[in-house]
Amino acid sequence: MTPPLLGVGEECQSNVTLPSSSASLKASSKNLELHERNYMMGLFGCPTIKGPAAAGVFGDCKSNLNLKATELRLGLPGSQSPDRGVDLSSGEPDEKLLFPLHPSNNSHSGNKRGFADAMNTNGASEGKFMANSDVKAMLSPRSGTNIGQKSQPGLESAGPKAPRGVEGATLQVTQEQPSSGIKESRAAGTPAPKAQVVGWPPIRSYRKNSLAATSKNVEEVDGKAGAGAVFLKVSMDGAPYLRKVDLRNYSAYQELSSSLEKMFSCFIIGQYGTNGARGKEKQGDNMPKDAMDGTDYVLTYEDKDGDWMLVGDVPWEMFLDTCRKLRIMKGSDAIGLAPRATDKCKSKN
Amino acid sequence: MNYFPDEVIEHVFHFVNSNKDRNSISLVCKLWYRIERFSRSRVLVGNCYAITPERVIARFPCLKSLFLKGKPHFADFNLVPQDWGGYVYPWIKCLEKNRTNLEELRLKRMIVTDDSLELVAKSFSNFKSLVLVSCEGFTTDGLAAIAANCRFLRELDLQENEIEDHRGQWLNCFSESCTSLVALNFACLKGDINLAALERLVARSPNLKSLRLNRSVPVETLHRILVQAPQLVDIGVGSFVCDPESETFLKLTALLQKRHSIRSLSGFFEMTLYCAPAIYPLFSNLISLNLSYAPAFPGKELIKILQLCGKLQKLWVLDCIGDKGLEIVAYSCKELQELRVFPSDPDGDGNATFVTEEGLVAISSGCPKLNSLLYFCAQMTNAALITVARNCPNFIRFRLCILDPTKPDAATLQPLDEGFGAIVQACKGLRRLSISGHLTDQVFQYIGMHAKNLEMLSVAFAGGSDKGMLHVLNGCEKLNKLEIRDCPYGDGALLNNVRKYETMRSLWMSSCNISMGGCRMLAKSMPRLNVEVINENGDLNRDGDDDQLVDKLFVYRTLAGPRTDAPDFVWTL
Repeated sequence: MTPPLLGVGEECQSNVTLPSSSASLKASSKNLELHERNYMMGLFGCPTIKGPAAAGVFGDCKSNLNLKATELRLGLPGSQSPDRGVDLSSGEPDEKLLFPLHPSNNSHSGNKRGFADAMNTNGASEGKFMANSDVKAMLSPRSGTNIGQKSQPGLESAGPKAPRGVEGATLQVTQEQPSSGIKESRAAGTPAPKAQVVGWPPIRSYRKNSLAATSKNVEEVDGKAGAGAVFLKVSMDGAPYLRKVDLRNYSAYQELSSSLEKMFSCFIIGQYGTNGARGKEKQGDNMPKDAMDGTDYVLTYEDKDGDWMLVGDVPWEMFLDTCRKLRIMKGSDAIGLAPRATDKCKSKN
Repeated sequence: MNYFPDEVIEHVFHFVNSNKDRNSISLVCKLWYRIERFSRSRVLVGNCYAITPERVIARFPCLKSLFLKGKPHFADFNLVPQDWGGYVYPWIKCLEKNRTNLEELRLKRMIVTDDSLELVAKSFSNFKSLVLVSCEGFTTDGLAAIAANCRFLRELDLQENEIEDHRGQWLNCFSESCTSLVALNFACLKGDINLAALERLVARSPNLKSLRLNRSVPVETLHRILVQAPQLVDIGVGSFVCDPESETFLKLTALLQKRHSIRSLSGFFEMTLYCAPAIYPLFSNLISLNLSYAPAFPGKELIKILQLCGKLQKLWVLDCIGDKGLEIVAYSCKELQELRVFPSDPDGDGNATFVTEEGLVAISSGCPKLNSLLYFCAQMTNAALITVARNCPNFIRFRLCILDPTKPDAATLQPLDEGFGAIVQACKGLRRLSISGHLTDQVFQYIGMHAKNLEMLSVAFAGGSDKGMLHVLNGCEKLNKLEIRDCPYGDGALLNNVRKYETMRSLWMSSCNISMGGCRMLAKSMPRLNVEVINENGDLNRDGDDDQLVDKLFVYRTLAGPRTDAPDFVWTL
């Protein structure tokens, strides 16, 4: 139901290499610039592993950056390799990836990114963690790269989305899983945050470029024609007072979310002050921090009609138009809020 | 008929307009061939490399209207390298040399240069209509040349081209004496235009029926244009951003309430949602609505609008309409014949709205006249397709694109063979089909068995074996264009029925299992085909082993031999 989501933020660039060379993988994982994809999760503690230069917006998950978790592996989506145990308490990022969930894959809750995972009662940090598998295939422009051994056409990939055309990588095509497709087409030559398949979905590049331009324009237009700032109240469950933000200062959900996090961080620290090295580690290495280990917060908003909606579903411009109030809810309260099956990274940039 | 003088026969032929029929007529006998060729004024060359311009003009000396198609269809999706070919200049040069009285030129997926446009503008004094679809290579300077020199220009229609915008004053170049415009579409231009020149042009074009503006045209200009041109029937709104309190908006609202003649609406590249109610009065008269470039309309708004569109026959919309929205369409738009639902978020960057099989089923049960579909969805099921086939047996074009191209039936996890099989079985008139999702040889067996009228088939990421492709090649008698990407078909499939390719316009295969040896064999056995191996990455060695895998192959029949303008990386074997 969702377009295939490679679940990779914009900075992810990893060359996929075969898992057998785990040593080199570890090395390459260090180069991974994994960026929080789901702004929401980033805000509230989805552990993300960041590479050194990443735009570290979110707090670090744990001080023990579990590199193993970032290791590229191939396995069925949602499954864990036997030696990785899902040790949630240690904050190991849950590597159920953010593969677009097929309704058929329901059993792999890990595949579902976002809301439903946020509600994971085992407190798992959120299956949204896509760190490791971020395979960002750098497709050569218009690379008519052959998948090579295609035992099955289409890119079934378990585990890391093995995108086609990955340099040097052999696609592991697993037959069992229905496609956890990852195919998004991309303008040729642009470093893709997710593995992209050239020419898919088949829409004219004119149309794609036009939509992209339009959404940018809409933002500008809103700014121009608009009534200046759009100040909205932001409340957070458990916080003694509210804040106000000007939505016009942001151009994407991630910016909003990071800003809100900064704003409300004081409340969070208050609660989890003892929880290891919380707080933005300014080590030049902005690691998203899992501030609320075990508690999830969810960002919601009230729209024009008075309904409480999950932030992140609609395009940013639409959100600007319709949002009236923001509320940071405790995950447990937010169950009723019509979770979307996938939350994708709103990297509008 | 042979007892009639030639003039009578010619007069009868005059009533036969379709190219296919004309082609058939010309095969009856030499007399008819001769009469037909002198009376044909409208010529379609579906593949510009299938024949030389000289031969076309020699055969049809009275040609007035030429429709040329260049690059293969998959070029639209960046699968064909930039410089592959499809240049229109040689054609225009040839037409000019022969002093053809060209009035109409229609080009699709061709490389058009400013020089070509200038040549068109200066060589054909009666030139009336230029339609460019999905072309590239020119700038607004070329448009200026057309505007300045074509004094009787009736139609300038630019659809989805990549035009370099020099922000010049090309609109100013329309001479003051040019009053013949009927249709002007520059929606795809990215830059600003001279608004005053536009208004003046509209003011002196009493026959202007269709006007599609680009995003730089503000709503104030739109208002003035609408005032000037009450005869407009088709409007492409550029930008609809305005202040609801402004006088322009109030006047526009009042004006639109009375414009019952507008039948077709498109554009809205930018939109202030609060101002949408101004356009509501238009919807009940609309026959065609294209909001696929208007991401500012959220699902809810689309639903409100579509409820008003009782007469709508053609709808292009983004998938933010959602399944619920499609249900509303099904309920309200009983006359709907063509539906296209585009992804509003093709790269999966964050927009979670999409449509599924439910929307399609709803449409099929509510809109019995539906015959043309392009549907980008997140998932599909066999059951849904079977239902759709039952509800709508009249499909002529059925293109389904599941955003995850190998996704199986969302409910049963089975391949989607049965669903598409039902479609081809029920829709006897199906001419164009695009399939996606998890597919095996079975679906191609169905296609080969039932899709007897199928002319164009697009396949991507299907599974199975060579048998799949063979089912299609051997079964679809009217197959004209076959394009395949990322399927496991190899030389066996390619070479099994080589004669078939001469009955077709073209075959495209990319990222399949074709080898150099297979291509060489094909080229050798069928000299009247151009077997083009496109070595985009430079991986292949032209004289190398037979077992090198060929990533992109384009095969087409031709009377012109190997083309002379191929770039280095395109080898005609």
